[in-house]
Amino acid sequence: MADVPADDLKTTPLTGRHTALGGRMVPFGGYSMPVQYPSGIIAEHKWTREHAGLFDVSHMGPSFLRLNRTSGDVDADHQAVAAVVEPLVCGDIKGLKPGQIRYTLLLNDAGGVLDDLMIARPADPAAAGSLYIVVNAGTKEADFARIAAAAGEKATLERADDHGLLALQGPEAAAVIAAIVPEAAALGFMTYGAFKSAFGTLVVARSGYTGEDGFEILVEPGRAVALWDRLLADERVRPVGLGARDSLRLEAGLPLYGHDLDETVSPTEAGLGFAVSKRRREAADFPGAARIVREYAGELQRVRVGIQFEGRLPVREGAPLVDGAGSEIGRVTSGGFSPSLAAPIALGFVRPEHAQEGARVTAIVRDKPTQGTVVKLPFVPHRYFRKPEARP
Amino acid sequence: MTTKFTSDHEYIRVEGAVGTVGITAHAQEQLGDIVFVELPAVGKKVKKGDEVAVVESVKAASEIYAPVSGTVLSVNEALTDDPGLINQDPAGTGWMFTIAIDTPAELEALMDETAYAKLTA
Repeated sequence: MADVPADDLKTTPLTGRHTALGGRMVPFGGYSMPVQYPSGIIAEHKWTREHAGLFDVSHMGPSFLRLNRTSGDVDADHQAVAAVVEPLVCGDIKGLKPGQIRYTLLLNDAGGVLDDLMIARPADPAAAGSLYIVVNAGTKEADFARIAAAAGEKATLERADDHGLLALQGPEAAAVIAAIVPEAAALGFMTYGAFKSAFGTLVVARSGYTGEDGFEILVEPGRAVALWDRLLADERVRPVGLGARDSLRLEAGLPLYGHDLDETVSPTEAGLGFAVSKRRREAADFPGAARIVREYAGELQRVRVGIQFEGRLPVREGAPLVDGAGSEIGRVTSGGFSPSLAAPIALGFVRPEHAQEGARVTAIVRDKPTQGTVVKLPFVPHRYFRKPEARP
Repeated sequence: MTTKFTSDHEYIRVEGAVGTVGITAHAQEQLGDIVFVELPAVGKKVKKGDEVAVVESVKAASEIYAPVSGTVLSVNEALTDDPGLINQDPAGTGWMFTIAIDTPAELEALMDETAYAKLTA
């Protein structure tokens, strides 16, 4: 029944592995993806926090943007390819160091978020004049069209979303990958490289969306199953589905596009001001800059907060948030039960006067109130890998 | 003692005029890890098909419907602190509530074990 992909859903190179492992397949972003394996979401969640979880994220949109003509000057070529995408996003792409990844946002003219994405500059001088770009599954057709249109005759966008994209996340991820791609274990957080391996050339990023140390690995379609099997052969690694991916990113306080972010939400409202670089903000040279500069100066109508609730009742997307007098002050945009805290947690937007840490808020669930407190994000501390010294 | 099943995956185990209600092993497996259960008030009168309880898994909330009309006699308080009992032992310690059955004839419309097994095969 549910484990047979519907005809209109896309599959990944690993779909056969998921069904063989007993994964419960659900539609997600146009793909048939495993929401959980037989061990269940809570066990998968905890395994990732304690060991290493392996996620198939091949539904996402990895791609490479390459200049059609390079000059041979590494920095000039990077500036040229960065100039192609900078008009679409609020991040400093020109300022990326070789090998560096940046989280940024595609914006519309009203300063609303069209998608959140990763843009990275290759470390290899031979690849200068290209960018590695990874967008979300549900928005990838529109995103790719937008980037390709901006590229015009200057650059070509090459999709790699037929590839396998695997996320290996958790405190034991580095030790696991060291046995397969030793160079990857030496990467700093938010850097990446392309490395030869027994599974072909792997594009490995030290990044992820769980709050843990970890890696996201792009592998050519024909090698994805072999790499997946090799990773799972390590007893520190277990497969983890989308259910735990969601509870992990929620605990990490990371927004999910289509829920906590959409075309009406600005980076400032979403608490993603760090993704608006100082240079771009001062130049006000990105879509919706006027609104974002105004909001940055303090004119905010709503802000994203984390809320922890009392008891066990999960407070989910759409639940209204009210003040002591019962007036609506905001809404929950994603929420659920935190396996790590054994408590209900949620992300939501409230009016700024209700956003300070410790503020009491009430959510309404099935016509009944449940009490919560605004807490500092993340709910569970990030444990990203930080090198003792910053690399040049 | 007989056990009957609804197409919404509730079971009712009948002893005399009292039924014990819970969700089936198939249902708990489909829902996944259960993290919260909202139980009815003891003494509540319900009609067959009324929403009478809520089970929340990590992913979603699911309504539980009364398999027959009657009055709620008792609820499984242990589920408040340990909702995972429903995953571990849905037909035993994971029971949800008992109900005084108004109209035994309503049980006739429910599935027996063989019919339910066929539904979930």
